[in-house]
Amino acid sequence: MEEIPYTVETRADTGLNNVKLGIWLFLASEVMLFGALFSSYIILRTGAETWPLGATILNVPLATLNTVVLIGSSVTMVMSWASLKMDNFPKYRLYMGATVALAFVFLIVKYFEYTAKFEHGLWPRTNTFLAIYFTLTGLHGLHVIGGIIVNSYLLLPGAKMWKTQRERFTNRVEAAGLYWHFVDLVWIFLFPVLYLL
Amino acid sequence: MAHGHEDIRKHVRVYIGVFVVLMVLTVITVGVAQFHLPTPIAITVALFVAIIKGSLVALFFMHLSNERKAIYATLMLTVAFFVFLMAIPKFTEADNFGEKIHHAPPAAAEHPH
Repeated sequence: MEEIPYTVETRADTGLNNVKLGIWLFLASEVMLFGALFSSYIILRTGAETWPLGATILNVPLATLNTVVLIGSSVTMVMSWASLKMDNFPKYRLYMGATVALAFVFLIVKYFEYTAKFEHGLWPRTNTFLAIYFTLTGLHGLHVIGGIIVNSYLLLPGAKMWKTQRERFTNRVEAAGLYWHFVDLVWIFLFPVLYLL
Repeated sequence: MAHGHEDIRKHVRVYIGVFVVLMVLTVITVGVAQFHLPTPIAITVALFVAIIKGSLVALFFMHLSNERKAIYATLMLTVAFFVFLMAIPKFTEADNFGEKIHHAPPAAAEHPH
């Protein structure tokens, strides 16, 4: 079977390997996806007669905790890549494991937030604010689940590649990291926009 | 890009520093919200802090402070389209999309039975 080209070596025209260019092109499309929803939020908010302060409906302490958790997971993610760069595989396992664990913590906190809303009869259909809140945080939550799947693969079965193709594996972790930081970045904007304004 | 072990150690120190700054900025974001500033000022402050936090993540965790031209070119195009997307709500003022939604009066009279 023919090898996929430019997974490690750089292309002369872009100065990059295809892994990195590929993930950045994907992230560019993600910016447009979330951008469209942020734009919708602005239209809905400016077009509404009244708009509630997020803090009066949503749980700010829990969301603050989730902000700390997600930023923390971004740090462990970048540390996992740095560990591979320093040829320290056990540390990679530790940091990547922590990244996945923190992602689960984020989802568990989100689960408690969602169920508390549902118990109080607050659904996406209840009002426009809750509709855009559930759409934005739901889509973001799906991205967190996607990150957990990819990072778990790189933590367990995918880590076998470290034994045979170290640089290629490190590039995979870097690409997964870029995606994960993007998920963190989106939350950095979602948190004040939905909860504090 | 080739990285020596010493280079990576320097990177790690930067990552920890950025983490601390991000935590401080998170506290500031939540702290400022407690003052219940007028909405336009609150939005400006919150978005300003969020942009600083987002830039720190992009520059250091995503290594955009030292990246290849092809990535910057891709992102400049993305930023241009993103700005256009954010401007769309402004364009809607040309039609009735941006107008306040007024609820119709009770329709009981229309259905006498």
